[in-house]
Amino acid sequence: MDRGIFARLVKNFVVYGLRIISLLLAVSIIAFTLVSASPIDPVQQYILGLGTAVSPEKRAEIEAYWGVNEPPVRRYLTWLNELLHGNMGESAIYRRPVSDILWERFANSLALMLCAWVLAGVIGFALGCVMGMYRDRLPDKIIKKVCYILSSMPTFWLGLLLLLVFSVWLGWFPIGFSSPIGVLSENVTVGQKIYHLILPAFTLSLMSFSNIALHTRQKLIDVLNSEYVLFARARGEGRWTVLCRHGLRNILLPALTLQFASFAELFGGSVMAENVFSYPGLGSAVSAAGLQGDVPLLLGITLFSTLFVSVGNLIANLLYGVIDPQIREVGR
Amino acid sequence: MEQKKDTLLEIHNLSVSFSMYGHGFERTNLKVISDLHLTVHPGEIVAIAGSSGSGKSLLASAILGILPDNAVVEGHLHYKGQELTPDLQKKLCGKEIALVPQSVAYLDPLMKVGAQVDGHCRPKPVQKRRKLFERLQLPDNTPRLYPFQLSGGMARRVLVSTALITDAELIIADEPTPGMSLYQALEALKMFREMADEGKAVVLITHDIDLAVEFADRVAVFYAGTTVETAPVSDFKAGVDALRHPYSKALWRALPQNGFEPVPGFQPYAGNLPRGCLFAPRCPYRTAECERQVPPVRELRGGEVRCYHGT
Amino acid sequence: MQNNTKQPSYGRQLYKRSNKKPLNRINYLNNRKRAVILTTSLTIIFVIVYVAGMLISEDAVSGSFLNAKIAPCFKYPFGTDALGRNVFLRTLKGLSVSITVGIAASAISAVIAVLVGVAAAAGSRWLDAVINWIIDLVMSVPHTILIILISFCLGRGMKGLLVGIAATHWCSLARVIRGEVLQLRSQQYIAVSRRLGKSSGWIFVNHILPHLVPQFFVGLVLMFPHAILHEASISFLGFGLPPEQPAIGIILAESMRYLSTGMWWTAVLPGITLVLIVLLVDKLGDNIKMILDPYRAQE
Repeated sequence: MDRGIFARLVKNFVVYGLRIISLLLAVSIIAFTLVSASPIDPVQQYILGLGTAVSPEKRAEIEAYWGVNEPPVRRYLTWLNELLHGNMGESAIYRRPVSDILWERFANSLALMLCAWVLAGVIGFALGCVMGMYRDRLPDKIIKKVCYILSSMPTFWLGLLLLLVFSVWLGWFPIGFSSPIGVLSENVTVGQKIYHLILPAFTLSLMSFSNIALHTRQKLIDVLNSEYVLFARARGEGRWTVLCRHGLRNILLPALTLQFASFAELFGGSVMAENVFSYPGLGSAVSAAGLQGDVPLLLGITLFSTLFVSVGNLIANLLYGVIDPQIREVGR
Repeated sequence: MEQKKDTLLEIHNLSVSFSMYGHGFERTNLKVISDLHLTVHPGEIVAIAGSSGSGKSLLASAILGILPDNAVVEGHLHYKGQELTPDLQKKLCGKEIALVPQSVAYLDPLMKVGAQVDGHCRPKPVQKRRKLFERLQLPDNTPRLYPFQLSGGMARRVLVSTALITDAELIIADEPTPGMSLYQALEALKMFREMADEGKAVVLITHDIDLAVEFADRVAVFYAGTTVETAPVSDFKAGVDALRHPYSKALWRALPQNGFEPVPGFQPYAGNLPRGCLFAPRCPYRTAECERQVPPVRELRGGEVRCYHGT
Repeated sequence: MQNNTKQPSYGRQLYKRSNKKPLNRINYLNNRKRAVILTTSLTIIFVIVYVAGMLISEDAVSGSFLNAKIAPCFKYPFGTDALGRNVFLRTLKGLSVSITVGIAASAISAVIAVLVGVAAAAGSRWLDAVINWIIDLVMSVPHTILIILISFCLGRGMKGLLVGIAATHWCSLARVIRGEVLQLRSQQYIAVSRRLGKSSGWIFVNHILPHLVPQFFVGLVLMFPHAILHEASISFLGFGLPPEQPAIGIILAESMRYLSTGMWWTAVLPGITLVLIVLLVDKLGDNIKMILDPYRAQE
């Protein structure tokens, strides 16, 4: 039996892996086409970024490096070839290799998203359970309203509100920047980083918990209406025993799967949160890259975010196939 | 009301209805069980027989206190002479009163059978479960299976074992035998019999009259949410003339070995029950009295019947 | 994670449902009447906001430094910003711009969704697989990033924003439509029609299309809040409408700069207005769903 699971796991992994590769390839083509078709001239932006006057020879050199005069397909293949060798080009605004920026910024973004993800998951799941247990009673009604209102708010505005309340009025948190101004990034302590992380992470988790809470509520209600819970009650199990013995067992996995499948919303939300709080992650980098015409960085982040989302979906799929015995059996 | 000391379960005038709220103040009641009487003594198996839709399963839910929230229960339920209140039900269910549910859907799909049969009480009755499973011929790996991996017959035996593992004084078995092989069904029923002989009681809900007749001490015939007749099993064996109620007689005649005669007409739907005797619209012996008023329960030749004309 | 399969209802619910029939009708009629009234009034409010925003002239939203940074008062319900512009009028005007973008984008998106969904369910397994792959593709890039890319491609501005939002929002509705068509195709009356010699086109127009119309409108209305929220977000980042346009995202982006000086009103009040409009349309969507598809709306 265990060997069967393992074999299926490997099979699923390979199938989804191939799918991810095909998606990444397609995204790279689409993204490349989009930026190539843009009226915003990346060479001009690059030169503007240099900040000094450029001689015609130098300009020609830069144009040759960017392959401006080559056909687009050729340019794409060159770019892809370099990409596969680990060279993602040089960022026009940061003047450093894109891959370096990606990793550095991703570390920051990951800290932010991970905090928000865990927080949203735990709060959402717990509130979902409360709503399900108190279905149609006061706690359920209140939390449900809050969830609907939160999901009708733009992330950035919620960030603005929190900034206004906690930074401007209460003065508990700094207004922006992941490190104190004037301190070199190497000298920033972990404590300071965490301090600057709290508000954006809180914003992001507030935005994403309602989805998981409403989902958990519905699942729990389905479970509580099931015949097996009826029987459990007939055997003398109390409300909370039922929740622990049958409820959690049957709703935890769908919730976890949903959490992993929500990486796209998480990333999208982090773009907004990072911009409001000037948090130096991928999200603030991508909007800077888009606004200042930094094509290599824009392409790099697009691919990276696709990979990130796909990995989340992969984990969700694998989880679903492995843990749920019913699916485990059907798959054989 | 005076209680006989030797009754385990006494149901008196039990009605279960569902109240529905519309918008505003509209409200209707749908009576699903009406004025039901049933007495269960220690040491006996009482079969409740009736066609589907007659409210048999709801009776089980009412005894165990697991009716839906919008159900309204009227009348009296007494367990060992004590009024069976919701609090008492909570205390007794799973310990003194156990249910054998109808289908595998009553098992948690994600919990292994072993843990599920053991139940939530500590300490876990692992030894007892092993013996039970052995006796019910369940394979050794059964405790490690998930419910969906059980065959129909295995599932039934597992369900039966959930009740047998408790020290319940009263077992309510809701259609426990379909899907089992004859041998397994007999074994399960034999175990019920043994329990009854130890002074416990079993309420066997079934639509299989042959089975009821074979194993029960008394048979209660259910029709449209009430018991129309309660008779010792010997009367069913004796034949149609020993029975009291026209419906029981019709039911008896409908059995394959007794002529296979269908009962004409339909069982009334809970929404529009007749005003008088529930069986009156289909009854060949009905009189004006039957249509005017519900006949009271009366004792007759060692049984009970709810008919003006029963003999 | 769109999953349209209905869970079977167990025990407790079963009793309730089977006995509820006679009353359900009364219930349903009342709900329906209420839904119609609510829908009408919500639509009227929505239209008033929209038209009021459109009617506000450019002059009304230009300001002078003389009345800059005034806190909310009777004359300026939302106060004035750092340039002395009336934030209330600007918000209204911005809202109607956002609503235009939102409606246009969701309409385009809903049309795409219907076309794609019907195509996927049309029969060819190969086409279905390709469409599924495309949906996966669109879903695997965070929408914000994809909209930024498209906006970048089209040189920012209104057009980029519109295309970007339209291109990213059709996926889930397409899946719903696909499921609906597949389910309809398996219905018996369709098979009967086919036996009677009706052409596929005739069957589609007469038997399938009428069922898709409500789905389309409900999908459209429910898509709108997402579209308008994305519009605001992308404008906030600076990719959407040009800065002189009074879009909500831009008003809020400007307010960021003055947040530390205590000008809370330019951040809070326009935001609340936006949230109210989103909630209003959400409610509107639920009610339209109730009117067009009363049995499914109970979920």
